[in-house]
Amino acid sequence: MMTRIFGPLLIAALLLSAGVFSAAPAHAVTIERVVSPGGINAWLVRDHSNPIISMRFSFRGGAALDPKGRIGLANMAASMLDEGAGDLDSRTFQQRLEDLVITLRFRAGRDSLSGRLVTLAENGDTAFAMLALAMSKPRFDAEPVERIRSQILAKIRQDSEQPGAIAGETLFKTLFPSHPYGRPTDGLKDDVAAITQADLKAFTAGRLAKDNLIIGVVGDIKADTLATLLDSTFGGLPAKARSWTLPEADPQGAGRTIVIKKRVPQSSIVFAEKGLKRSDPDFYAAYVMNHVFGSGGFTSRLYSTIREKHGLAYSVYAGLHPLDRAGLIFGAAGTANVSVAETLRLLRQEWAKMAKDGMSEKELADAKTYLTGSYPMRFTSSGSIAAMLVGIQRDNLGIDYMDRRNGLIEAVSLGDVNRAAKDLLRANKLTIVVVGDPKDVTSSN
Amino acid sequence: MKRALQILALALPLSIACLSAPTQAGVFNPDTFSLSNGMRVVVVENHRVPVVTHMVWYNVGAADEGQGETGIAHFLEHLMFKGTNKRAPGEFSKIVARNGGQENAFTSSDYTAYFQTVAVDRLELFMEMEADRMTNLVLTEKVLETEKEVVLEERRSRTDNNPGAILGEQVTAALYLNHPYRRPVIGWAHEIKALSLNNVMAFYKKWYAPANAILVVAGDITAAKLKPLAEKYYGAIPAKPATPRARPTEPPQSAGRTVTLKDARVRQPAWGRNYLAPSLLSGETQHAYALEVLADIFGGGPSSRLYRALVVDNQIALSAGSQYSADDRGPSRFGIHASPKPGVSMATLEAKIEEELAKLIDGGVTASELARAKKRMQASAVFARDSLSGGARTLGAALAIGLKIEDVEAWPERIGAVTAEQISAAAKAVLKEGRSVTSYLLTKKTG
Repeated sequence: MMTRIFGPLLIAALLLSAGVFSAAPAHAVTIERVVSPGGINAWLVRDHSNPIISMRFSFRGGAALDPKGRIGLANMAASMLDEGAGDLDSRTFQQRLEDLVITLRFRAGRDSLSGRLVTLAENGDTAFAMLALAMSKPRFDAEPVERIRSQILAKIRQDSEQPGAIAGETLFKTLFPSHPYGRPTDGLKDDVAAITQADLKAFTAGRLAKDNLIIGVVGDIKADTLATLLDSTFGGLPAKARSWTLPEADPQGAGRTIVIKKRVPQSSIVFAEKGLKRSDPDFYAAYVMNHVFGSGGFTSRLYSTIREKHGLAYSVYAGLHPLDRAGLIFGAAGTANVSVAETLRLLRQEWAKMAKDGMSEKELADAKTYLTGSYPMRFTSSGSIAAMLVGIQRDNLGIDYMDRRNGLIEAVSLGDVNRAAKDLLRANKLTIVVVGDPKDVTSSN
Repeated sequence: MKRALQILALALPLSIACLSAPTQAGVFNPDTFSLSNGMRVVVVENHRVPVVTHMVWYNVGAADEGQGETGIAHFLEHLMFKGTNKRAPGEFSKIVARNGGQENAFTSSDYTAYFQTVAVDRLELFMEMEADRMTNLVLTEKVLETEKEVVLEERRSRTDNNPGAILGEQVTAALYLNHPYRRPVIGWAHEIKALSLNNVMAFYKKWYAPANAILVVAGDITAAKLKPLAEKYYGAIPAKPATPRARPTEPPQSAGRTVTLKDARVRQPAWGRNYLAPSLLSGETQHAYALEVLADIFGGGPSSRLYRALVVDNQIALSAGSQYSADDRGPSRFGIHASPKPGVSMATLEAKIEEELAKLIDGGVTASELARAKKRMQASAVFARDSLSGGARTLGAALAIGLKIEDVEAWPERIGAVTAEQISAAAKAVLKEGRSVTSYLLTKKTG
């Protein structure tokens, strides 16, 4: 897409608060709770209009739990799980997935290891069987281990020169200097180099279990068929994941500006401030407030001021970024080196203005009609519905959340959003990282 | 992991990297009709939720720009949000948002498209607004100059900050000697800077007209319900003859070219080769479907020949693949890319790729490879039906470049009809060094 692409983090933030619709335009899906004979739970939305099955699943506990000296283990394990299992070596496993047009992928986030299985309904049994094999009997053979390791190391190398990646990594390191959230999910070079087959085996044995598993399924499958597949696919996992603790994380570095010199024509700017966790009672107020402030597509205040009025950036946004043990408001912009100072001035100005003056009734009303009216658009593909099923379970929002979600948005008052703005947006507490060769901007202290 | 690296190593131009409309469409069973002013209309029903995607495609892209005006098609796309006689700058987007709609727009070498996804009960409003901006755009110098800065920032983000993208731009300019595909969709910076209000308005008036436009609506709607609305809003726009798309064509190419970029920012070198190739509409079009299957077998995924040979078996590369799109109005390209493992020289990597190419050209593909590829590709049609916008995008792009609906609908069958002999013939005809550009992305040692 040529124009108007927003950062992936913004999209992530929107998905995290995935909601649902009430009242008028029906979302038109019915969630069934499927419990297998073996006690595995899944939420199912049946849709027989197209012969495919989409499943998303997630295990709580992600890269933030990587052990010392093995930072990057979750990411590498995720990349290895489709590289051979049981009697099938990597080549055979991959060939079978390709021949049957089965998509099977794992991905490590800071707080979870998630997976995606998409298949034609006619190959459903084989697809689920391959997933079962991948989780229960991964081979971690030497050839794929070294291949994937070298690919991850290449990505780490590339990111070490990529302004946006450097900025993001530096920001998290600054916000969480002594918490695992400060470490890059892809891992540290030396740690990735040291990961062994035994580490990978210990990871899958300890982290993939029944008690931290969440499943959402959409598509051409019946509840009883799914129940049987749930047992054959996930039933063999250990009952409990290895116990873990992850401390609460209080973002540090408030008010700091960090400049990292790189000779590039455009500076990458990222910024963050302490925000809210998903479970915070003020989450909806903050969500609606931030829609007006930073994530409202082509109409947010940051977009209007920095892009529309001043032409300083192609992409500029701020979004809520809730983690399990911390909340952030996170944003980014890219601007020519000569315009960094002006962009930061406008950013701080908008930040302060929203905190001080709040928004108007009209802005609030417009935000609500957007947020409630666009909700059905999340139901336009089976993959996005499956992702919502997982998100709602993950955040413990309840199986009726889709019916309640728009009501929660509607209930937010002007007092709520303006209080949220005052509490959250403190321009002098922003942590800012600039990577590039900015004119007249230097690191603080 | 694999995919991400492949994308990083691609270094394709914007038109392909960002917009490769998945031809792997399949059967969308659309309804079609035309308005009296020549505007074509396509309807794809999908009743999962009471939502529609409303798109207007224009038969104009970066390859239709005049001399010295690179970037004007894309610049105009940005400026289309800046108001009409009826609406102030930015109001279009505010109305979309207030009505719970999501919108965007995109430009390729061959087309420009605008879309909104909205609740079906709001469709009429958006048809009125989209029809309005087809002919009533109002621009001022100030708005134009401010948006120009945005586009220049976009260029810095996409291209100037990224050595791989800079090389991709240079490769494209070298691959096409005369065809305007040689121009970057976003434009050369010095020409973007020189674009004036007069240039933009002349381009707009020349191309934005019903006979050059296609309306595509996908979702909870039928042709019978859409037709009166389409006639009311788009049908009311005065007719003008369709604008001819006269583009310079390629001369015979006889010398292979090499393009090298050394940059201190490069942390992972990359090798690339692009061959000038026919599309479904240009050159030796009989090879197009065979080339699609060939690209899949040779470098389409982790089980492909190239990935296995370079990455798995010989372990000299981190990533490797090939890609081809038949859906271009002008000459297409067959691309191959690979990233060497640390310590492996470009010469070693290149020699192995040449060996695999020679094997392919001399020996063709096996019956089993062919059967598997076809099955995979045909199944992708089923997945393409899943999303609301998939059919709209595929059909809109196809019509905008000059294909017919049946070219999309019959795609699975045509892929199914490809033979091993046709693949051999296509490989022999297209994979010729003298019609190629080989590229090297290298690290420059600083010090």
